[in-house]
Amino acid sequence: MNTEIFGIVAMFIITLLLGLPLGRYIAKVYAGEKTGLDLVFQPMERLFYKISGIDPTVQMTWKQHLVALLTINLVWFLLSMAVLMNMGHLPLNPDGNPSMSADLAFNTSISFLVNCNLQHYSGETGVSYFGQIWLMFLQFVTAGIGMAAAVVIFKAFRDKTTTQLGNFYEFFLKSCTRILLPICLLIAAIFVFQGMPMTMEGKDTMINMQGDTVQVSRGPVAAFVPIKHLGTNGGGFFGANSAHPLENPNYLTNMVEMVAQFLIPMAMIFAFGFFIRKRKFAWMMFAVMTIGFLILTIPNIRMEVAGNPALAHMGIDTSLGAMEGKEVRIGAAASGFWSIVTTMISTGSVNSMHDSYMPLSGMNELIAMMVNAFYGGVGAGILNFFIFIILAVFISGLMVGRTPEFMGKKVEAREMKIAMIVALAHPFLILVGTALATAFPAQGASTLNNPGFHGFSEILYEYTSSAANNGSGFEGLGDNTLWWNISTGVVLLLGRFIPIIGPVAIAGLLAEKKFIPEGEGTLKTDTSTFGMMVFAVIVIIAALSFFPALALGPIAEYFSMQ
Amino acid sequence: MKTHIYPAIKITVVLLVLLAVIYPAVVWAIAQLAPNHGKGAVISYHNQKYYKNIAQSFTDETYFWSRPSAVAYNAAGSGGSNKGPSNPEYLAAVKARIDTFLKDNPEVSKAQVPVDLVTASGSGLDPDISVAAAKVQVARIAKARAMDANSLQSLVDAHVQKPLWGMFGPEKINVLELNIALDQMTEK
Repeated sequence: MNTEIFGIVAMFIITLLLGLPLGRYIAKVYAGEKTGLDLVFQPMERLFYKISGIDPTVQMTWKQHLVALLTINLVWFLLSMAVLMNMGHLPLNPDGNPSMSADLAFNTSISFLVNCNLQHYSGETGVSYFGQIWLMFLQFVTAGIGMAAAVVIFKAFRDKTTTQLGNFYEFFLKSCTRILLPICLLIAAIFVFQGMPMTMEGKDTMINMQGDTVQVSRGPVAAFVPIKHLGTNGGGFFGANSAHPLENPNYLTNMVEMVAQFLIPMAMIFAFGFFIRKRKFAWMMFAVMTIGFLILTIPNIRMEVAGNPALAHMGIDTSLGAMEGKEVRIGAAASGFWSIVTTMISTGSVNSMHDSYMPLSGMNELIAMMVNAFYGGVGAGILNFFIFIILAVFISGLMVGRTPEFMGKKVEAREMKIAMIVALAHPFLILVGTALATAFPAQGASTLNNPGFHGFSEILYEYTSSAANNGSGFEGLGDNTLWWNISTGVVLLLGRFIPIIGPVAIAGLLAEKKFIPEGEGTLKTDTSTFGMMVFAVIVIIAALSFFPALALGPIAEYFSMQ
Repeated sequence: MKTHIYPAIKITVVLLVLLAVIYPAVVWAIAQLAPNHGKGAVISYHNQKYYKNIAQSFTDETYFWSRPSAVAYNAAGSGGSNKGPSNPEYLAAVKARIDTFLKDNPEVSKAQVPVDLVTASGSGLDPDISVAAAKVQVARIAKARAMDANSLQSLVDAHVQKPLWGMFGPEKINVLELNIALDQMTEK
């Protein structure tokens, strides 16, 4: 059991040790400073700009950034619908998998477009290799979009007063070429030597030792899985995601996949500190996020390692933990750890089935997505955390009776309105969606895999995962229906673009304002006091919004099992 | 919007070439250096090819059994049972598995039945079992094969895969490798 705990500690420490230098590198990339890799990337990017007719030196305002961002997303959406609805008769389809129906293609396109990767299909039977590679492309570029949006905020606080927030295409392209692609290549090189398939051949037939004939699904898995994690996308190549022994063959790949998904969310925090030259502020953010992370993750590991009390009552040996839906090579501890990392940073890949987790472990996974601001998916976590900072600044300002200021800028009514809309949109989407699906049993209850309180949790989880752009699920839910495809598709869209547009707008508006130098009465935002303030705001908003829903699902299930 | 639509399309095409063609091609090229050229780790035995990482269904009393599978061990698909921990139907199914196991392994007491043998794995294709899950089957197999239980016990011990670098993760046993070794032992 000790080696299982060591494994978890090692994954966290390795991520932290790699995250610091990577953060410095990311800050340099976006600041346009020299890095060792310029020789390779500069000529390549210059060629790309030339072909695309883009001048990367053109500065954009926050509004222009958003228009460029939304336009390119629209292009990808249309392309994606075309690919997914026609891949059945396109090349690279050795297994003869069918094209998607319109509503499933709508849901899948949006969910990959918004970096969520909620999957209402199974990879083995639902997409061709052509479709898989298209989805892999979306995993790269949507991660690039999230990072580009975060950099706009970085930029807004680096310069004292400005409307010039850099070039969207430059941020986006550099994210893909200089950060995501090289790291993915390194990871893929590890994976292929650990038995992860990388082939364009279709299903293989195997006659088992006892004579049964089965098929084994394969594919270009080793190219897909690195960006699935590095870009915090989470969409699995196979139905079972990273629980599948070909998508996560051993404990080493499990560690690499964990570090890969955790790395950029952590590095972006340090990158922010390096970029705006306020490292202490970044450490404040890191501390708040890490405390929140530990509060959720430690109980989860303990509960999963302790096992299912209902099985223990039957008198068997449950010392391995709650093994339903878990893999022996990964173990209960590393599964519990993964379940919180993946929900907190909005990856949504799973190495064990969340539906079978203990009730309160499931609750912690839900809370991680409901808060959706600790570390956070590539880029997006910082955007959400930023909203909580603005709220904390405002509340602290009211408490001391001064105009709230953040980074030398006055926070006024307009910014506060936007912050409130973003902060309230998240619970609104989750609770209204859940309420609707619960109100119409033909749409909601009839698709459940479990009765009672746990069934309600399945509905709540699906909308929470959609709104948080997470993509994991209580997968027992029969979610490939018109209702689920359309309703979660809408939630996904709003859940992605409101938290991008809002924070970018606030940052843009603040950047235009006059810079007020720090004085005696300025609220210091890089202190532990302010960190506690931010933490309190997060807890209050999450608790007030979601406690009633959690009480009906996981909490009720917990007490029913006592 | 208009000013952005052409750059958006063009940069998409360029990135498609880089990320959807060149990148997978490079990974594929690296995979050609890997065992079995990136087609998955396989074990050959008696002119049969088995995927090392894909669980097989073992029901015969002379073999070590794999964990229960929600997809009938057919790797054309994958998935867990997704049953909630308090689902009465699920708890009844586990209870039935325990009873069946005890009937087939009369030497084993209930408190010795390891949880991984009566719960479905996440993928339905879990190739491994815990060390306890192998040991608890030794008596049955020794009887069925008329073998010495001690030598069977040492075969199990020899197949325990230690944690990664001796430090990280759980111990485990690959059921397929163990069963092949078991057959080889009998052949000698």
